[in-house]
Amino acid sequence: MMDFGFSLSKSSTMDLGKVDDLRFEQLCRLEPGAGICIGCGSCSASCPAGRLSGMSVRKVLLALQRGRSAGEMLQCCMLCGKCTMVCPRGINTRNLILSICKIYD
Amino acid sequence: MTERFATGFHPFVLPFLAGMAFVLAVCAVKAAVVVGQLDKADRKKWLLSLIHPNLIIKNAVDIVLDCLIHVKLWKRNRILGLMHSSIAFGWFMIILLGHLEVLVYFPGKLATFYYPIFFDYFVEGGQHTVISKAMDAFLLLVIAGIALAVVKRFWSRLFGMKRTARPTLFNLLGLYSLWAIFPLRLVAEQCARAGNLTVAPWWAYSIALCTFMAVLPFTRYLHIPAEMLLITMRNAGVGITRPHKGMARVQADSCPNCGVCIDACPMNADTANLKNSTVYLTRQLRRGNEPRVREISDKCMLCGKCTSVCQVGVDGPKLRILARAARKYRITPDFSRISSDGYDTYWASGKILYFSGCMSQLTPNIGRSVESILRKSGVRYEWMDRDGGLCCGRPLHTAGRLKEAAALRKKNEEIIRKSGAHTLLVSCPICYREFSESYDLGSTKVAFYSEYFRKMMDKGLFTLEKGDTCYVYHDPCELGRGCGIYDSPRALIGKAAAIAEAPKNRAESVCCGGSLGSLSLDFEHREKITRASLENLYASKADAIATACPLCLATFARYADRPVKDLAQIIDEQIIM
Repeated sequence: MMDFGFSLSKSSTMDLGKVDDLRFEQLCRLEPGAGICIGCGSCSASCPAGRLSGMSVRKVLLALQRGRSAGEMLQCCMLCGKCTMVCPRGINTRNLILSICKIYD
Repeated sequence: MTERFATGFHPFVLPFLAGMAFVLAVCAVKAAVVVGQLDKADRKKWLLSLIHPNLIIKNAVDIVLDCLIHVKLWKRNRILGLMHSSIAFGWFMIILLGHLEVLVYFPGKLATFYYPIFFDYFVEGGQHTVISKAMDAFLLLVIAGIALAVVKRFWSRLFGMKRTARPTLFNLLGLYSLWAIFPLRLVAEQCARAGNLTVAPWWAYSIALCTFMAVLPFTRYLHIPAEMLLITMRNAGVGITRPHKGMARVQADSCPNCGVCIDACPMNADTANLKNSTVYLTRQLRRGNEPRVREISDKCMLCGKCTSVCQVGVDGPKLRILARAARKYRITPDFSRISSDGYDTYWASGKILYFSGCMSQLTPNIGRSVESILRKSGVRYEWMDRDGGLCCGRPLHTAGRLKEAAALRKKNEEIIRKSGAHTLLVSCPICYREFSESYDLGSTKVAFYSEYFRKMMDKGLFTLEKGDTCYVYHDPCELGRGCGIYDSPRALIGKAAAIAEAPKNRAESVCCGGSLGSLSLDFEHREKITRASLENLYASKADAIATACPLCLATFARYADRPVKDLAQIIDEQIIM
């Protein structure tokens, strides 16, 4: 293949067929906040683990809604609770994270 | 004094004997199970403590003071103390003197077990001895205590208790049979002394005793034997290590359901949380109601107030943390991916290492003020997490993820030990508690900033000018009840400004509602708790609120109608160069 010095990025098509609705509903029952997130990213901006490892609660939630796995990212969460304090929607993000850890792989 | 019957027996003693045999057997089995559940080292420690002379004396003194006289309850609430000690101490003395009476006059009958209990039926003219007179006095004392208990049952507010624990059916059965025992004994004795030997009151007395003892293992009255075991275990230094088992079980069984923790619990500013108090946790632990144990454990903010007011020393937060630790998660944290390379140099050798904690990233004024104070006083320091750092591990610890917390601690320990600092200065009480309780930092000392600044002030490294503002100081849970630091923040604020006290302060301080201890309490429900905590502070009529915790600061600032400042900010404003 000819090298143009740039390449196409891999397709990131969302496959909604992979979304596990039942699990997400279960998550919303454990933490209703999962359904009201507006994806503003305040949590990720304040996250101390994010700075060190690239973890992001916003990305985790989006990934789950899009049928991707998010376990690896959550492994870095230190549960410090800053995301809870900055969330403009008042989501109990710590409970959200622990609930995801309970339900998802 | 003569015996009325040659046989010395009547069938009415049988219910009493059956009840007694049952309760002794159940208690023995329960104690054996609990001791079997202890860790090997703890069990050895406990068994050795039972033959250690000093500890035997300490155990005896503690049992008399706590279980019979109820000294702690007297200190907390005099009328409750009076009620409990008259019943417990009075009853104990009746039993003791009853046995003494039989030992002195009919030693051969001691082995019947029931003679001391039904003495006046079997013996004629026994009421004229000194022992008998003393027993009559103690019986009246117990009946007076019961009268107080009846009043308290229906008008607990008269006793200064807004809420009491709701009794279960078994508890009510136990309660009413306990109330019945002593008046029935009085009636039966007086009848017999008057020469009326009808057995009806004696039967009733015996059946009341039997009922009480039969339900005892299933009611709160189990605390009577359990508390004695708890005291010996606590004195032996046995800790809670397993959820629901061993020491945790003894503590749950020792809870007398007095309900003092209900009024104390800050969460109960919202009545929806009433059933999440520690008294209900112990009840559900006893029942083995796992879903409710989980719910109660997750809700609690772990402020520790229930423990500070508890008469028997049930450690509510610890029980909850271990209940949380029993939870299974499919995703487990792995901090090996978080790198600590940036800290790999000896950059703080011989200096202070300042750790501000995660929360202070959201309240940057604290770090800035601490830095300013250190600079103005000429103290050499390095700020470990100026640009953010690792969490101390306390949130994982309180969430019950103990192994993960230990992994995080290990990472921090490496960084701090390598830095070569002589002191680790911490400005967040949440971190401070974890550092001082669970870390092993070698030669590096851990100091909370209020303690350290106070020492600096005493050494003359800085002086404070007294301002006009009047502050009320809020004791953060983790600092006050958690680490026992109450005075140094007050001493510093007292030098920098006028200081007022809230009605509930120090160990009685009301949690701000922002606590990281709770896992499931959401934003909306925390607001009521914060407002209730603020009301307590407003009652001091101070112009501003001072605290020494970034989380309290951020939580209060959200709803307070007056300025909220951190200790470091106040000092920095009033420092004279």
